[in-house]
Amino acid sequence: MGFGDYFISALFLQAGYNSALVAIGAGLLGLSAGSAGAFIFLRKRALVSDAISHATLPGVGLAFIIMVAFGSDGRWLPGLILGSAISSAIGLLMVEWITRKTRLTEDAAIGAVLSVFFGFGIVLLTVIQTMSSGRQAGLENFLLGSTAGMLISEATTIAVAGAMAAGFVFLLRRPMTLVAFDPEYAATTGVNVRNIDLAMMGLALIVTVIGLKIVGLILIVALLIIPPVAARFWTNQVGKMIGIAAVIGGLSGYVGAVLSAAHAALPTGPIIVLVAFGFFMISALFSPLRGGLASALRHQRFQRRVHRRQGLLSLARREPIYDGLTIRILRRAGMIRADGVATARGRIAAEKAAHDEARWAMARRMLPDDSAIERYDGLTPIERMMTPDQIAEIDRMIHNAQTTQGAKA
Amino acid sequence: MIDDLITALGAEFVQLSLTPIVIGMLAAIACALPGNFLLLRRQALIGDAISHVVLPGIVAAFLVTGTITAVPMMLGAGAAAIIAVVMIEIVKRLGRVEPGAAMGLVFTTLFAAGVLFLEITDTSSVHIDVQHALLGNLESLIWFDAEGWGSLLDPAALATLPPQLPRLAVVLVGIGLFIFLFWKELKISTFDAAFAGAIGIRTRVLGFALVVATAVAAVAAFDAVGSIIVIAMFVCPPASARLMTNQLARQVGWSVVFATISAVLGYVLAGYGPGWFGSPYAVSAAGMIATVSGVILILTCLFGPQRKRVGQQAEA
Repeated sequence: MGFGDYFISALFLQAGYNSALVAIGAGLLGLSAGSAGAFIFLRKRALVSDAISHATLPGVGLAFIIMVAFGSDGRWLPGLILGSAISSAIGLLMVEWITRKTRLTEDAAIGAVLSVFFGFGIVLLTVIQTMSSGRQAGLENFLLGSTAGMLISEATTIAVAGAMAAGFVFLLRRPMTLVAFDPEYAATTGVNVRNIDLAMMGLALIVTVIGLKIVGLILIVALLIIPPVAARFWTNQVGKMIGIAAVIGGLSGYVGAVLSAAHAALPTGPIIVLVAFGFFMISALFSPLRGGLASALRHQRFQRRVHRRQGLLSLARREPIYDGLTIRILRRAGMIRADGVATARGRIAAEKAAHDEARWAMARRMLPDDSAIERYDGLTPIERMMTPDQIAEIDRMIHNAQTTQGAKA
Repeated sequence: MIDDLITALGAEFVQLSLTPIVIGMLAAIACALPGNFLLLRRQALIGDAISHVVLPGIVAAFLVTGTITAVPMMLGAGAAAIIAVVMIEIVKRLGRVEPGAAMGLVFTTLFAAGVLFLEITDTSSVHIDVQHALLGNLESLIWFDAEGWGSLLDPAALATLPPQLPRLAVVLVGIGLFIFLFWKELKISTFDAAFAGAIGIRTRVLGFALVVATAVAAVAAFDAVGSIIVIAMFVCPPASARLMTNQLARQVGWSVVFATISAVLGYVLAGYGPGWFGSPYAVSAAGMIATVSGVILILTCLFGPQRKRVGQQAEA
């Protein structure tokens, strides 16, 4: 069976029980990571989760050492998860403590906590290597994630915890939204901002510790950051954004796990991150709201309208046109001939544009404070912005001005 | 105890421990110096981002040249750092997102790409792997030809010093010169960018130069000591120093002191510490250096004379 066939069958959960389980677990993990990450992103604290995830390592090491000391195997996943949760909670509280008690800023606290905890974790890993020299602890897999040889109990643990995290997000969505957008207002309505902040980070913590096995602690932060950043391109509404982030996170986890299952040499964590980045690229390029393509098209359309208008005004004033783009646009619209002389259609359109321009100029003198004047972009015909009565008034003023000018001359 | 110390500082010490300690010190100081300015500009995590993208840079350089020599590796890592900074800027503008999220998106993606390249290409013939990238190989940078302290005066033995040592020394001198020559400009633009612009300092160019200096320090140090020390040294010694004084020059001085203590004490604890508990094995020197710098930071957070914000009263 080729890679493609295997990928397709794995995508529809037909490539064996184990890979199906891992894919579902990764999908649920991504779902809760995306939705929890959305709040952290809106609160502008994305990198705090980086400190949390790096701070898990000493906990993993200590939990292993303690479990071995009590005569167990040391690789029992719930025990390792508990240890990592405790040490990353300490890391999170350290970030809070440093920022609150000293003059250091949050980014410095994040950098200090993540590097020091990670360094200490590495020290513990080297201790473990010497301690159980005969036994392969395999704790290095927590750095980059690995789903190979995952037990059913482990996959179930991850799936259940992922579902719990998603439920937690659902319960706390209102106060978290409030705090993410306007902490001061939230405080006046009686929300305890500090507790909600801690709850948000607690969610990141849950996602991190259950993601350790699949994505690994170095890259898990990507699953909290990339889906909300991608989702932000598609909508301006919080509810929708959280939903989209959850879907992107879930798909990234699912597709990434399937891809890595279909190709044994591909490590799971990096694949999931790169799939998420793919979703980001698609969003950044193709979203109709803020995507690169949509804004490029909008820009081009606007540019063409400006050139067309300015070209027609030049025709009306019988001025020659030199700009290449303007000539091309007018030619294509059948307004001018190849030698630059206006066609009948072009003369009519030019007259109309000049008339409109004169009406706008008069409108600006007559009604300088009118809302239509403030919104005028230099392109919209006056009929679309003002009432027939107003236009009739403007026309009368233009007529008067012309007659007085004629009288003077 | 004294005898232990004398044997500990004998010929074997020069051969096995002197060069790693010196290299660790050079790397720590080279990172701590630009770290001072990054800290004050609230860019402390740039160092974090850069040290993550060094891995894909090195892998890409290996894929292009097929060798694992220092110059292409450093060029690749430097290029990756600059690409990362540009990408962060693009994501920030395009997505209109906060710098932290843009940074997190870019460096995790590049790091993931680096790991993936590493796994799918045949790099088994050479010594690059993720562990090495994270931990460095400080312990292995020994000085084979040294026979004692006298070797420090022996040109033949000096020629066999690990190449990381002179390289880091050059980088450290370069960064030191950059900071010394542009001291006034760096200081003004760090504390008051608008004023700096008004008196004709090109703040954007200077900011970019600082990022380049950071990248150079990260890349040079990374090769010798791995990315954990790099991240820790960009942040911890300057942060501790910030809590000691209100003067920039003194802060830089303190950060050098803290970086040196972390490197020396960390290496000694990692190499000799387990022996005091009867274990014949050493633990990771890189990890221990980062840990010591963290302990120093905790101590300064608790006792540093300038640990409070201006106007914040001492709390009971």
